[in-house]
Amino acid sequence: MGTFFQVALDGLFNGLLYAVVAAGLSLIWGVMDVINFAHGEFLMIAMYLSYWLGFIWKIDPLLSSLAGGLFVFLVGALTYKLIISHTIGKSAMSALLATFGLSMLLKNVCLNRFSPNFRLLQGTFLGGKTYNFGGLIVPVPQLAIGLVALLLLTLLYALVKRTRLGWAIQATAMDKEAAELMGINTEKIYLLVFGLGGACVGIAGGLLPSYLAVHPEVGGLFSLIAFVCVAMGGFGSIPGALLASLLIGLVEAFAGFYIAPVFKYVAVFGLYLVVVMVRPRGLFGW
Amino acid sequence: MKNRKRSVDFLWLGLLAFLALLPLIPGLLRSSFTQHVAIQILLYASMAQAWNILGGYCGQVSFGHSVFFGIGAYGAGMAVVKYGMIPWPGAFIGAVLAAAVAVVISYPCFKLKGHYFAIATFAIVEIFNRLFMVWYWVGGALGLDYSFTDQGWTHFVWYESKRGYYFGVLLLFLLVFGVVRWIERNRLGFYLRAVREGQETAESLGVNSAKVKLMAMALSAFLAALCGAFFAQYNYRVDPPMVMSLDMSMKFVLITILGGLGTFYGPLLGAALLIPLQEYSRAFLGGIGGGVDLIIFGLLIIIVVVYQPRGIMGIIDGIRVKAKRSKEGGE
Repeated sequence: MGTFFQVALDGLFNGLLYAVVAAGLSLIWGVMDVINFAHGEFLMIAMYLSYWLGFIWKIDPLLSSLAGGLFVFLVGALTYKLIISHTIGKSAMSALLATFGLSMLLKNVCLNRFSPNFRLLQGTFLGGKTYNFGGLIVPVPQLAIGLVALLLLTLLYALVKRTRLGWAIQATAMDKEAAELMGINTEKIYLLVFGLGGACVGIAGGLLPSYLAVHPEVGGLFSLIAFVCVAMGGFGSIPGALLASLLIGLVEAFAGFYIAPVFKYVAVFGLYLVVVMVRPRGLFGW
Repeated sequence: MKNRKRSVDFLWLGLLAFLALLPLIPGLLRSSFTQHVAIQILLYASMAQAWNILGGYCGQVSFGHSVFFGIGAYGAGMAVVKYGMIPWPGAFIGAVLAAAVAVVISYPCFKLKGHYFAIATFAIVEIFNRLFMVWYWVGGALGLDYSFTDQGWTHFVWYESKRGYYFGVLLLFLLVFGVVRWIERNRLGFYLRAVREGQETAESLGVNSAKVKLMAMALSAFLAALCGAFFAQYNYRVDPPMVMSLDMSMKFVLITILGGLGTFYGPLLGAALLIPLQEYSRAFLGGIGGGVDLIIFGLLIIIVVVYQPRGIMGIIDGIRVKAKRSKEGGE
């Protein structure tokens, strides 16, 4: 029974990480109807930033994560300004294809500059520590990311639901033209939404190098899993994305442990197919 | 109208004649590297054209074509490596299987709209990739390695020169482009475009859109699988990341987009631009580190999607319209 809970715990930690990646994606999808294919690469950028800050100046990932958040906010805003804003109103796939081009670009620039080597930050404040919680082993870095993920999701949710800015975001998502007539600068909202989506992955990515190795391909799988979480959770729903992410994390962990490691992702993507076949708009979609 | 049709045919026949005579022009395809580039261009043009049937003409953007491509590649590979046969029946069985798999998968997936469909096709690629990685009957993650066979058309293997492969891929090119050329002028072509432009409208006029989409899918998968079989023969091995990966799927899509979605010559133009760029930058800029070819590719995709969504054909049409206008103005 101990193993069962251990596996479940690991799954939940992974799920929380997916949730924070998915939350930004979900916001972008919900407001702009755009899939950002480079979302996993945004995570990778933050991881590299945090890794190099830690490697050269010995700055701990706990601090670098703030830098990561800020930096990827800017990357996101810039991406919107240079690429996404030109694809709004064109075919639905154009933003996806353009961001796929961006993901190729970012991945291969990192490959070219930093080599394909796996890099793990040694001697961080959190790294390598574990709690023994009555037989249940709780790794501290994962715990920290899980807590940060919950905090970020709560903040994001509160921002969208409780503030004037959030109402403006919702209004823009519902009807862009009507929102413009009400005096909302939708261009600014889009920019901000893309930046915020980036900031979420940026903060999470900044924390990651204390337990997950950085390499140019690290983002790819996160992108795919985040797509699945968002689509399963339902169009632009942050609680939906959280729940779907936790479910995916659990399925991944259990399939990996009880069937075979290679079946992790077969189970995850299979689950997505089953869910959208039954509910074509996701679990919480309308 | 009749006149225009005939002049387009001249372009097509002229192109075929040029491609067939290309290896006979001395000095043009002398180095094995140039031959390799020419073969790659025709192969990727055929792949993109196969995808274009579904993605361009019928408007269903699938990111799952590497699955069908892979099934074709495994068909040829299994016939040669596992059963010691010639690749032809394997390629054919692979293509039929790919079409069947395509129909089974797409039947439920076509109900999904927009991004949900796109993500479903990503998911399918990942599932097939992982399953083939552990399916030991087809070689698992190690894949299938060809052993030495006689060269020539029966085994579809050549060792001394790439000329045989060139004519092989030219046949494939002729088949795929010929099918699309036929579809364009046939009833099916009009059905496909009608479904793309407005599914509800097409249905109200009596087009069975579900059947049309499935037919486009099956045909597209069948042809993609044949391209996969050629790919296996040409590379002399098959393994899952080589043929069944998201990157491979994206190549089908991106080359078509680059050249011009839903146009006859678009896939060829896209491949003719992208493949030399990729091969030559890999060969000559490899010194400044890996990934340069893909950096250029990524940039190119961003620029095309953002500034010229209709691809190279869009640029050509723009020039043509301008020329016509200035001509009319001059008269």
